[in-house]
Amino acid sequence: MTGFLRRLWSANNVTLTFLSMILAVIIGAVLIIISDADVLAKFGYFTARPSDALNASWLLVATAYGDLLKGALGDPAVFSAWFAGTATWQQALTPLSETLTYAAPLVFTGLSVALAFRGGLFNIGAQGQAVLGCLAAGVAGFTFGLPIVLNLIVALVAGVVGGALWGFIPGFLKARTGAHEVITTIMLNYTAGLFLSWLVIQKGVQAPGRTDAISKSVAESAMLPSPGGVLRVHLGIILAVLVTVGVAWLLNRSAFGFELRAVGSNPHAAKTAGISVSKTYVLLMAIAGGLAGLGGAVQVLGTAHALTPAVAGNIGFDGLLVALLGRNRPWSTFFAALLFGALRAGGNRMQSFSGISLELVTVLQALIVIFIAAPALVKAIFRLRAARAAGLGASLAKG
Amino acid sequence: MANDHIDITVEPGEVHALLGENGAGKSTLMNQLYGLLQPDEGQIVVNDEPRVFKSPRDAISAGIGMVHQHFMLVPVFTVAENIALGAEEVRGGPLGWLDRRRSRQDVIETSRKYGLPVDPDALVEDLPVGAQQRVEIVKALTREVDLLILDEPTAVLTPQETEELLAVMRSLTAMGKSIVFITHKLKEVKAIADRITVVRRGKIVGTASPDTSEDELAALMVGRAVSLEVQKTPAEPGRTVLKVTGLVADDDRGIRAVDGVDLEVRAGEVLGIAGVQGNGQTELVEAVMGLREVRAGTIRLEDDDLVGMSTKKVLRSGVGYIPEDRSHDGVVKEFSVAENLVLDMYDHAPYGNAFSIDLSRVGANAQERIEQFDIRCQSSSTPVGTLSGGNQQKVVVAREMSRPLRLFIASQPTRGVDVGSIEFIHSRIIHERDQGTAVLVVSSELDEVVGLADRIAVMYRGRILAIVSPDTPREEIGLLMAGITGDTPEGEK
Repeated sequence: MTGFLRRLWSANNVTLTFLSMILAVIIGAVLIIISDADVLAKFGYFTARPSDALNASWLLVATAYGDLLKGALGDPAVFSAWFAGTATWQQALTPLSETLTYAAPLVFTGLSVALAFRGGLFNIGAQGQAVLGCLAAGVAGFTFGLPIVLNLIVALVAGVVGGALWGFIPGFLKARTGAHEVITTIMLNYTAGLFLSWLVIQKGVQAPGRTDAISKSVAESAMLPSPGGVLRVHLGIILAVLVTVGVAWLLNRSAFGFELRAVGSNPHAAKTAGISVSKTYVLLMAIAGGLAGLGGAVQVLGTAHALTPAVAGNIGFDGLLVALLGRNRPWSTFFAALLFGALRAGGNRMQSFSGISLELVTVLQALIVIFIAAPALVKAIFRLRAARAAGLGASLAKG
Repeated sequence: MANDHIDITVEPGEVHALLGENGAGKSTLMNQLYGLLQPDEGQIVVNDEPRVFKSPRDAISAGIGMVHQHFMLVPVFTVAENIALGAEEVRGGPLGWLDRRRSRQDVIETSRKYGLPVDPDALVEDLPVGAQQRVEIVKALTREVDLLILDEPTAVLTPQETEELLAVMRSLTAMGKSIVFITHKLKEVKAIADRITVVRRGKIVGTASPDTSEDELAALMVGRAVSLEVQKTPAEPGRTVLKVTGLVADDDRGIRAVDGVDLEVRAGEVLGIAGVQGNGQTELVEAVMGLREVRAGTIRLEDDDLVGMSTKKVLRSGVGYIPEDRSHDGVVKEFSVAENLVLDMYDHAPYGNAFSIDLSRVGANAQERIEQFDIRCQSSSTPVGTLSGGNQQKVVVAREMSRPLRLFIASQPTRGVDVGSIEFIHSRIIHERDQGTAVLVVSSELDEVVGLADRIAVMYRGRILAIVSPDTPREEIGLLMAGITGDTPEGEK
């Protein structure tokens, strides 16, 4: 299974990613049209007056994708209003702020999955690790009441430790017993989720005076600083940039990065060269868990500010897709997270302005990933002269 | 371009040897003949009829079968199931049930007809490599092919199994089958081929008859004169460097593989371990390297106790190691040449420390080694997997020889390596010996052991049966390898 994934991951290139996005947008357009009853009705007399159906379809799709872009990057109308003095800069920058807000946690979970994969481990557990990160950061955030800066640092570290612990367990089990990390991490995802659901309704955690499942709010001093007002963006995105730099260094320049890449590519040769495969697995899973945990911490301390059973949303599972889209390279993963954040932010506006379900965004994300995962399909559709075919020939031509 | 306008003809009932170094284009040529690759130009004519093969199915129906270098068998299936695979006998329409009895019967008949004993009910994973290969041959024969392509069939075989295979090939040609025999081993070619075609860099550089001398064939293959003899002066053994006493170790299945081995390797000498593969040589070496648990006994490297030491520490205490399976244990194929050259020294001065790696040092080291060891690659950042087998092996040799060593262990140092590189690797090993390093060479190629070693230990069923001089007649060593000690006075240990 890992062999298949490896091939799948390596078979991609930038062109392919770009073409996959175009294909996803086209199919998304078809879905938008099909799901609109009015436009669909116009197709009923398509042969009589095709222009009706085509115009309506075009209008619908253009508005929807227009809203998606406006919601993700910014609305030109608001920008001109800002220059004219009738809108604030905050209003103009709100879409970008939303994009970065949604992207920040995904950078961490994406890096978590990507890093583990480079070491030959398939970390399905980013979700559970992120949940533990949320939980530990949240609890630390409203418990200690430390002074400013220190409180934030302690809460972030708690998130990292929580996630690292949740990553360490499957790493340790794999090293000691050979238990496959896919199975153990999936199980730990459930465990983490249910633990969080239980914890938020416990005395001392649940917000006083509330009967629903929500915890106390984290202390102001433990929140990630944000411009405030309509701009929800917070320090988490800067942290994401720094961590991406760190992961890139770790992977390419550090001794441990060398070890994990060697173990990921050929554990036998790594072992023969004196690298301890089991130590690498344990440490790698702990680091990957820590990254996902930091993602969870950023979610709580930057955006949610309190724990609920769904506080982590889907950031761990989206991290899998982000890593896949980013082909497990740190910076590509960072930009893949930005793309997912943009789709999410734009999707919100598309939903409220064009009345198109937010689910379409999920469909778009899924389609992009499906096309990335099926490079042969994209190549066939665009009739690409497969550059990889030469490589395949060479591998057959060994003698 | 892997093949450049090649013409080749195979007559009925002949063994046509295709001789060439790794990467010369032999397999590419045969993959076209077997429908795995399509030629850009040219045509294939079978029995005076031009044919186009889009897939192996077409090739098989035209009477062409192929046994690949890496077997295409399902390990958990029985022999009969493997042979039936792809041409299953089915009763009751396309969705009917498998006719196992018929498949089994086919296997038994084919195996009897061609004198190739296989047990139809054995699981393939339980069979030794030689028997697995027989299964592949029987599989091709049940498809009633007239031309059988054998791609490097002896690369994985012991000398005995090789002899058996050559006998099978003779009986097949006697029954009118034709065989294309792809190899780079000169002895085998001379022993079996009716005609020899030599391929170099995708072109036919000559045809030869089997009575051409090995030196001539090698020169044709490599493009220059090569020396097949290992050039060396008598050894000057010094102090004892490696001393193994009463070593016991198990194989991966937990079965005793090394059963009380005593041996000594002295500085400045080559101790060769001869033996049919699977007699504990692999496990012995792995135990020394800290890759396998030692059940009993001691391993001392001068004053250091190696038992229980981690592989990293063993390597750092001055041991160089060439593992027997290069692509499995020796290199990380996705890694660049430069990275592979520091695979076991990446966190050690001057290349790095426990935290970071100095990429410029790693790069400079690569440049130096590439020149010193004549590694043919586009650049030091080329992934090792794209290099030829011989050059991959040179990367391993360069890595392991580029630090001061007390002990150098080479397992199958030239397996799957072309003639030109064999000469080079052998000369480096002797050079290392002359520097005063203790050298332990394990090889299932008797020629290699005899050529390199100053003393030969013959290993059989986990024990050292005898230690003999390389001047001992081959037949005698061969008998020892088969476990027959006779009544030589130094006899069993």
